[in-house]
Amino acid sequence: MPPPSTVQDIESYLHARQRKGLLRFITCGSVDDGKSTLIGRLLYDSKLIFEDQLSALERDSKTVGTQGGALDFALLMDGLAAEREQGITIDVAYRYFTTDKRTFIVADTPGHEQYTRNMVTGASTADLAVILVDARKGVLVQTRRHSYLVALMGIRKVVLAVNKMDLVEYDRAVFERIRNDYLEFARQIGLEDVVAIPISGLKGDNIAAAGESMAWYRGPSLLHHLETVDATDRTTGGPFRLCVQWVNRPDLNFRGFSGVIASGEVRPGDRLRALPSGKECHVTRIVSYDGDLTHAVAGQSVTLTLDHEIDLSRGDVLASASDLPAAADQFNTTLVWMSDEPLLPGRSYLMKIGTRTVSATVSDIKYKVNVNTLEHVAAKTLGLNEIGVANIHLTQPIPFDPYDQNRETGGFIFIDRMSNSTIGAGLIHFALRRSQNVHWQALEVNKTARAQIKNQMACVLWFTGLSGAGKSTIANVVEKQLLGLGRHTYLLDGDNVRHGLNHDLGFTDADRVENIRRVAEVAKLMVDAGLIVLVSFISPFRAERELARGLLESGEFLEIFVDTPLEDAEKRDPKGLYKKARRGEINNFTGISSPYEAPLNPEIRIDTMRLTAAEAADAILRKLKDLGMLAGN
Amino acid sequence: MGNQRADITNLQRLEAESIHIMREVAAECERPVMLYSIGKDSAVMLHLAIKAFYPSKPPFPLLHVDTMWKFKEMIAFRDRRVRELGLELLVHTNPEGLAQGIGPFTHGSVIHTDIMKTQGLKQALDKWQFDAAFGGARRDEEKSRAKERIFSFRSAQHRWDPRQQRPELWRLYNTRVHKGESIRVFPLSNWTELDIWQYIYQEKIPIVPLYLAKERPVVRRNKALIMVDDERMPLLPGEKPELKSVRFRTLGCYPLTGAIESKADTLPAIIGEMLLTTSSERQGRVIDHDVSASMEKKKQEGYF
Repeated sequence: MPPPSTVQDIESYLHARQRKGLLRFITCGSVDDGKSTLIGRLLYDSKLIFEDQLSALERDSKTVGTQGGALDFALLMDGLAAEREQGITIDVAYRYFTTDKRTFIVADTPGHEQYTRNMVTGASTADLAVILVDARKGVLVQTRRHSYLVALMGIRKVVLAVNKMDLVEYDRAVFERIRNDYLEFARQIGLEDVVAIPISGLKGDNIAAAGESMAWYRGPSLLHHLETVDATDRTTGGPFRLCVQWVNRPDLNFRGFSGVIASGEVRPGDRLRALPSGKECHVTRIVSYDGDLTHAVAGQSVTLTLDHEIDLSRGDVLASASDLPAAADQFNTTLVWMSDEPLLPGRSYLMKIGTRTVSATVSDIKYKVNVNTLEHVAAKTLGLNEIGVANIHLTQPIPFDPYDQNRETGGFIFIDRMSNSTIGAGLIHFALRRSQNVHWQALEVNKTARAQIKNQMACVLWFTGLSGAGKSTIANVVEKQLLGLGRHTYLLDGDNVRHGLNHDLGFTDADRVENIRRVAEVAKLMVDAGLIVLVSFISPFRAERELARGLLESGEFLEIFVDTPLEDAEKRDPKGLYKKARRGEINNFTGISSPYEAPLNPEIRIDTMRLTAAEAADAILRKLKDLGMLAGN
Repeated sequence: MGNQRADITNLQRLEAESIHIMREVAAECERPVMLYSIGKDSAVMLHLAIKAFYPSKPPFPLLHVDTMWKFKEMIAFRDRRVRELGLELLVHTNPEGLAQGIGPFTHGSVIHTDIMKTQGLKQALDKWQFDAAFGGARRDEEKSRAKERIFSFRSAQHRWDPRQQRPELWRLYNTRVHKGESIRVFPLSNWTELDIWQYIYQEKIPIVPLYLAKERPVVRRNKALIMVDDERMPLLPGEKPELKSVRFRTLGCYPLTGAIESKADTLPAIIGEMLLTTSSERQGRVIDHDVSASMEKKKQEGYF
């Protein structure tokens, strides 16, 4: 484009630029397919490499380049020092460029297997995918994997860029064979909209312009296609959805609800429904710093005011009253696991969807997908970069849309409660049952009533500690004393429960999680029955103890850490288990061959090196009194 | 993933994304702060914050880490803007660096930047216990920035580990941190330099006058034009400040910020020059010139 020279020129240039559309795309390819070179070339050919960048590139090409001193465009892309040394791309990099017709955001993602998570991340915001294939190698296992991930994440438009045509003498037959192979595979996974282009990233053929080497090719150059392809999102015309992000309350006279419009559009006067409350309301204003708006559409961040003072807070959804999302607490989903720690069914994870964060557990993994062959494989867990179809179960119903209808109300992430890492991502396919009509019966006979008639407050005393620490001994004394005070109790003991309810479970990490989940659920029912429940379980993992805590109301769960150093528990060894474990006769023994995660902030800590069982029980009862748990007598 | 892209412009889309990011931090973090470095990116970020929470005021203070070597006009502009907008501004200067008289002329750019900027920033974040800090960095500025997340997790020692970054999918940001850890948040990640100028122009956002060309006293050193902003600048033998019409593409500590010769004294003229330019904007910054991985190294040590 000729640079504008006068003020009027610049103003009209800016205006034109501002009206330009945006295309977000992702590039996928295997190591050595030349992805970084391709993007570097796109930037170079679009005149977007500055002089100083170019001189740095020339310098770097000579010292660390892989093109024998010639310009190595890949060096423009591989930003991190670690990557430059290893000659690979290890993360998602975003690049920006503008042509006369469009603005582009490119996500460059790595091709090797261990970085599936980066590709999924880059794909989550992309409208189109450029899949690179080396003309000498054709459609590879990695090509299939990238295409599957692209289809999974809901990208429908694909460019198959057959690269390095210069190395196969620009042979038309090579190109056509690869194109036909790919189209057949693409159809199988539901990718209908594929455009194949023969290119050379290194030489520049068919990147910005056609070049002379492939006169037989009549289609568009890559850049021309990217500039003209229809980029409209399929969910454009969807029903109105807004996840309430922030309640704007500067003073008592103003109450606005802020968030991004996830789909559809809104005007003052529109009839909306707030979920999950189900209350109806009308939009009164769309408030903005630049004055009230008459109309706002998907993708805009807005603040709405409503005609009723309804109960509405962060995490709730405002939806078109005539086209509501469903609500449910159990879903069929696809999960992409992104953590070194494997997924454990039954473990409680945090799930963020829209602006809401809830507790979720994976109840049942249907299968995992071999991303290379697309075969379904039976699985009990998912490891890093594995993808599976699984049922998940939340602690409360949430409004949702299926992912293929709305990425924003159907896509979610899993967060680990302990490390706070983002450990997985998921897509909702459908609700397992319509739980929107299932309400808990609000019986007049409830937990409070049941506890009151026993003259007590129901709660769980959760004893955790190493085998042989003295949990059951202390719990027994506590139960006797409570009984003496006329309280109604029940003691759930690890060994006893394993003989009955949990006799099908072993001692692997997954079984330990399930063991604790069941006990926690039983304890919850007993609290509902109004009892003081004593649970004496090793319960080695913090996450499961937090799950148990999360099942109960605040104040109902008291974690009691029976703290005995491993060497002393092993010295006592009342059941002779440590000896067996040391001899290798017991696998996965806590403290020896399986970890124990000590509580960080237990309500009560018992140092068994200083207190006898009776003294420990006294300390626990004192604490219960202090907390007001034993009031009433 | 803006739906109905045809209906909203590129800048509206960028604005909406930045506002969403700021609201997410306000809703989920306990003690957020906005790093205000007085430059054009900070100006845009501040303007977006005003819009994001309107009619409320932004629910966080501004923080300026003052190295004591900023241009005088920058400090005057800062104090005026804060007064006009009625916002809370916190200013921190590294007291040890101040006591030792650290400065770019006496200690060199590397030591000055580390002690007064990087260490000063860490002190300030620790002092007020902020768990989230907005910064105005953009991914198009520099190669290692291109890979940074919008929510960039930092350890309790403020370290950035590129291998431990959290995946960011859709619009879902994980803001959870343990006590002592924090998040640097970059709401302008997806803006380009041209987007910034275009938005300043469209929204009429006030900027420091140093961005516009004017006759200023400068000396030429190592190919850079350095402005003589105060009497602390020692002149080398034979050096004599000359008045030249210059402007600045980026603003920082005056001894470390090179001016360019220009007659562009209006916004459209600046943008016009920018469209013709052949060097990227960080070229004016002396601190990035050492080695090409220098930004990444500084970031791992806690620099923004």
